[in-house]
Amino acid sequence: MKQARPWLLTIALFLLWELVCRVFSVPAFVLPAPSEILEACIRFWEPLLVNGLQTLYTTVVGFAVAIIVGVLLGVGIGSSPAVYEALYPLLVGFNAIPKVALVPVVVIWCGIGTVPAIITAFVISFFPITVNVATGLASVEPEMRDVLRVLGASPLEVLRKVGIPRSLPYLFAALKVAITLAFIGSVVSETVAANQGIGFLMLSASSRFQVPLVFAGLLLVAAMSIVLYAFCALLERRMAGWAFRGQAS
Amino acid sequence: MIELVDVSLRYGNLQALTKTTMAVGRGEFVAVVGPSGCGKSTLMKLVTGLIAPTSGEIRVEGRRVEGPVRGAGMAFQNATLLPWRSTLDNVMLPLEIVEPFKRSMRKDRKRLEARVQKLLEAVGLGEFGASFPWQLSGGMQQRTNLCRSIIHEPKLLMLDEPFAALDAFTKEDLWQVLQDLWLRQRFTAILVTHDLREAAFLADTVHVMSQRPGRIVHRCPIAIPRPRTLATTFDPAYTEIVNDLRARIAQLRSQ
Repeated sequence: MKQARPWLLTIALFLLWELVCRVFSVPAFVLPAPSEILEACIRFWEPLLVNGLQTLYTTVVGFAVAIIVGVLLGVGIGSSPAVYEALYPLLVGFNAIPKVALVPVVVIWCGIGTVPAIITAFVISFFPITVNVATGLASVEPEMRDVLRVLGASPLEVLRKVGIPRSLPYLFAALKVAITLAFIGSVVSETVAANQGIGFLMLSASSRFQVPLVFAGLLLVAAMSIVLYAFCALLERRMAGWAFRGQAS
Repeated sequence: MIELVDVSLRYGNLQALTKTTMAVGRGEFVAVVGPSGCGKSTLMKLVTGLIAPTSGEIRVEGRRVEGPVRGAGMAFQNATLLPWRSTLDNVMLPLEIVEPFKRSMRKDRKRLEARVQKLLEAVGLGEFGASFPWQLSGGMQQRTNLCRSIIHEPKLLMLDEPFAALDAFTKEDLWQVLQDLWLRQRFTAILVTHDLREAAFLADTVHVMSQRPGRIVHRCPIAIPRPRTLATTFDPAYTEIVNDLRARIAQLRSQ
């Protein structure tokens, strides 16, 4: 029953949406009813699938690169005050740049299509990973560090035995934020510069006033995002379950 | 085994220690007491080489300390157990770092685990090896912490107010546990504490530090025979030592 609640609420929301559209006869090009969106899903299942897979591909690749770069930067910043002082302000400044504005620049460098989508997904999602990993490393108690140093542990051993495990919950918290951001990144890039992907599909559908198809694309992105989010949450439970002691047992 | 000669330390404008001289024999149990903020913990960091003195010299086993000493045991008021490790694995940690255990960890893990289990049994935690830190009481966590600090049989054990956060009963239990471990392994121990009863109960010698800038102003040998028990704490000789220490510190604080 408890697990069914979010599903019930979702269904109720869609029913309400359907009801509002029917009662007030909202035209489909303003707000299509869920039934019309479902119809569009079935009718255009093939382009939705092809473009959906393209978006999934660019997002996942961009996200993977963001994890690698984000973790490396985070470890660097978190374990060396010198790197922190030099790099952190730079990263904050870089993060303040609206990523949408970067897309045209990336297009000049790499052309349109898959590559700018991957780069945008990466650029938009690595920052929270970096910051959280660095924070996780900084949360190691100074006493623990002293205990290990006096035992004769090398900095690498301190990192392996304490730093990395300690920062895993932070990393997973960041991954859950970053995966959603990565989807935003690739869809934004596809709407600006691509000839495939959900972003491109939605843009061309809206230019033909096929608003139900636009909404179908939106829902597809949301669904994929939820699935990947759930995957990150599952990994979190398995690898950093100790941080959830109250709920786990 | 440990010698401090005219050791001074400044943090910026703050003179933490001045001209501290102190000697600790091999296998001796030493307690350092003093008013709060007098640099007791700083002394620990100096002896283990975690910080370097501004002037003076620290020698451990005849060798000058430059950089962290290797293989010493340390325990703090905060148990700092790793939450993702079971009690047994927490105590295993030093064995994964200190030679020669580190080398035999892969093929001999079972034997080392048995060794940890034996130590856990000695402090009354035999049944809790598989428990995680958050399942243990504060006293049990501190027992685990003690086990972790001596599992690799260090020659030197540093204790920084390890029992300060515990209730009176648990504290007295742990004094006995610590004494038993010390009687068995005879490591050199330096205990930093503000609990004078604790210092008098555990130590062979109590060193009294002055208000900041700290230095050792009094040395008080404790001739009460071991093993000391709870009955010892009602012994007039013990009470007299504690009262004497208390009077000295009260005097230091009023200066």
